[in-house]
Parts: sequence; C-alpha cells; structure tokens
Amino acid sequence: MEETLMDLDLKEREEYVINMGPQHPSTHGVLRFETCLQGEKVKWIRPHCGYIHRGIEKMSESLTYPQLVHLTDRMDYLSAHINNEAVALCVENAMGVQVSDRVKYIRTILAELNRIASHQLWWSAFGMDLGALTTFFYGLRDREKILDIFEESTGSRLLQSFITPGGLMADVHPNFQKRTREFITYFRKKLPEYDQLLTGNVIFQERTKGIGYMSLEDAINYGVTGPSGRGSGFHCDIRKIAPYSAYPLVKFNEVTYTQGDTYHRYLVRMREMWESLDIIDQLIDNIPQGPIMLELKAIKPPKGEFYQRVETARGELGVYIVSDGGPTPARIRYRTPNFSNLFIINKIAAEHKIADLVAISGSLDLVIPDIDR
Amino acid sequence: MQVEQLTTVIQTLVPEAQPGISKQYPEFIIPAARLHEVAKHLKENPDTYLDYLFCLTGLDRKDGFHVVYHLTSTKFPHIVVLRVILADKTNPMVATVSDLWKAAEYFEREAFDLLGIKFENHPDLRRIFLDDDWVGYPLRKDYKDSFTLER
Repeated sequence: MEETLMDLDLKEREEYVINMGPQHPSTHGVLRFETCLQGEKVKWIRPHCGYIHRGIEKMSESLTYPQLVHLTDRMDYLSAHINNEAVALCVENAMGVQVSDRVKYIRTILAELNRIASHQLWWSAFGMDLGALTTFFYGLRDREKILDIFEESTGSRLLQSFITPGGLMADVHPNFQKRTREFITYFRKKLPEYDQLLTGNVIFQERTKGIGYMSLEDAINYGVTGPSGRGSGFHCDIRKIAPYSAYPLVKFNEVTYTQGDTYHRYLVRMREMWESLDIIDQLIDNIPQGPIMLELKAIKPPKGEFYQRVETARGELGVYIVSDGGPTPARIRYRTPNFSNLFIINKIAAEHKIADLVAISGSLDLVIPDIDR
Repeated sequence: MQVEQLTTVIQTLVPEAQPGISKQYPEFIIPAARLHEVAKHLKENPDTYLDYLFCLTGLDRKDGFHVVYHLTSTKFPHIVVLRVILADKTNPMVATVSDLWKAAEYFEREAFDLLGIKFENHPDLRRIFLDDDWVGYPLRKDYKDSFTLER
C-alpha cells in the first residue's frame, strides 16, 4: 500500500514541538513551555513568559514608597509579607532610620509564618502534580490556620501589605501570640504526617529520586537561589549571608543538600518548615514593647542608589531603588527569585520523560506573577 | 577581600575606572569597551572569584543608559558592583556577559525588552515580556504610548 504524505512526514520528523501552557495546570499560572519531544522524551524546552506582565516596575515610578509596597504583594503572592519587608528595609536603610525591636520581631515572625504557608501550598500542589490528591487537602487544611492568624492581625489573608516603610500598618491583634503558639504546637504534630503521607511513599520516591539533576555550578551560573539552589549545595540563604530584621538574634540552620535532584529540593523545603517553626518559637514569647511606626515627616530617601537583599520562600529577592530625592523612585528594580529559577529548566529537564517535566517544574516551585512582574 | 584590595585589583586592570555612585557596595564605573574583559578577569581571578551575578539592571539616567552588574562570590563574602554608562542614547550597546554568567542572558533580555539596551554577541536577544511587535521601550523616560493618561 502506498504511504500517505502524512505518514511520511511523521516518520521523518521524529521530533515534534508541543506547547505546555499557557493554561496548563502544572505550570501553576500562565507560563508556556515550548517543548520539543522525541517520543516521550524531552529534547529541549523554551520557556515563554510575559503573559501576566503588568509593568510593576514602570507603575512604581509614579507611586510614592508607601503606595508601591502594595504592588510588591502581587509579585510573589505567596511571600507577600517578605516582599513588603524587602521594600520597607530598602527605604529605611536609604533614609538611615531604624525601626523598633518590636517591629523587627513581628516582621520576622510574619515572614516565617509566610514561608511555612508558602511551603505548605507548594507541598500540596507538588503532591497533586504527581497524582497524590490527598496532599492538597492536608496542606490546605493546615495553611488555613496561618491565614487565619494573618487575617486577624492584618485584615487580609493573602495580599496583606502590612509591612510598610517605617514599621507596620497597625499593631498585631492581642490574640496573635496565643494563636501563633497554638499553631506551632499543632503543626509540629502534623508535619510528621506529611512525611508519612508522601516522603516515604515508594511511588513518590521513584518519581523524584535522580530526576532533574542540577549541579552546583549550574545553580550558581543561572543564579538559582532559595530551596531549589540549596538542594544542590548552593549556600545562598540571605538570612545567613546578610541577616536583617530579627534574624541575627535567632539560631537556625541553613538547610542544604548536595544531591541536587528533585527529591532533595523537596527535602530542603520540608526541613525548612521545621527551621521556620524553630525561629518563630524563639521569638514569639519575647516580643518587646515599642512603637510600631516611626514618626517620619516624609518618606523620601535621599538622592542615591540603594539595594536590599532578602530571602523569600523561593529565593533571593533584591530591591534596587534609584532615588532622585523625590517622594517617588526614579527607577525601582526587583530581582525576583523565580525569574532566575525558571530558565534552568531547559538544562535539568532535557532527556527526561514528559511526565518528569511536571515533577521538575513542581520542584522549582515557580510563581508566575513573580517572573513576569 | 577588603575594599582597598578590590580597588587595587580593578585600578591596576583598568586605570580609567571611576569610583561609583552608590556608597553601599564597592562600585566602579568601567568604560563600556573594556567591560567584558574586566568581568572575565574578576570572575576567573582566584582572589576575587566573582562567580555569582545576582542582579543586572538597566537604568535610564540623564547622562545616558546605565547597566549595573551586582556581583558576589560563593567563596568570599565581598560584593562588587560594576557600572557601565552608555552616553549614546540613540544606540546604547555593550558587550554581553552571558558567556560568563548564564543568568545574565535573561537579565539582558529583560533590559533589552524594557529599555532597548543592545548586548553585543548575545545568543538570543529577543523581547522577553512584551510582544515581539511592541513599539518602543516602556522603561525609558521619554516613552509615550497611546494608553497612558497624562496627569
């Protein structure tokens, strides 16, 4: 029988290109992976971003500093407190003012709660990416407890805009200490359940061990930070390198592994939740008294350029303010962790199966609005 | 490495290097033509070993476009900032450093997309956020588009 044109074409083209996204559930947002496949094997991936580019840097140029803090929530919406803190610290350092110890303690506690909430959601979604639906219910059940604490103190569950240049928007709720303490006790009991449910699971281990190997050199070269970088042994925790707020006062470990595969990036985050609980534990009972807002006449950094690095749940966030002395920045630049963490996917997912691509992109824990800004 | 030693290293390499604008980190203004050579030296010199480029920024300032490189090392705690001033605003161009730090490839694409700074020898200089047929570069101070409401 004579071969049709279609058959010939398919035979010759052993490779074909498909788009994963922009509306694919496992990209966790509007991101498109242009993926070249040979059978089931991934040959290369070209990420296309910009679907949710809102021009936050451009918008910020016409906003005052207390106003532009609200936009930073919308970058990495799972690390909203930490993003707010980054801008607040940068402006405060530029103006040469110091917030009270009370503010520093509360900021650190909120940041660590935010980190746990972020890792809980990541854990839930990661399990679901690999076909374990139960994790989603467990993770979200516990995350609610943190969001309730946030809601009570800040009035908002996800995009708080609570930390602002000069201090905090308001004092925390009288229940804050009690509820946070309750949460620590509660979550220390629940965290081993997470391991029982997913970490030790044979199918899960088969799907993640040895998958998506990232070498230390690649992590540094691409600038992959946060838990993804630390899974490859990159000591990139800004809380250790350049401590800010109350981090110099607490004892905690920087979690690193040298294996660099999907499973160890997973383990870094699981252990980081324990470390975050320890940090909160050290601070929650000792919050000193003090003013929650500095009395500043105007929030105007002097003429000059200022940079601040902080550690969000996903890696290093840099805020770079160029000021001409006015109430608005001449230019503000965000070096966001996810932007740098994304592009290594071409390197680490190549030669793996398409199903592993889902596991690998899940292990990088990408938040797309943070890439596109 | 201390600030004085870093200054000596850079001054011997590029005598025309100027001290920078920001006082926060040791900063040096490097002539655009020599940027790649200086960057390569600072990365490979075992005493400086600046192997981690954590930020690359394009700025639109009065005296031209600035490209700011924030560099640090995984071995030492020092941070060095290099700055290039591109006075020619019609055709800002500087050599790429994406062959030294892979992270720069994407930062440079962003600077090209939003500010129109061209990076010589860049392997894949395309817009990264905006559409390919977008007109103009939004982060330039003289940028006007038909949707913007004037105050």
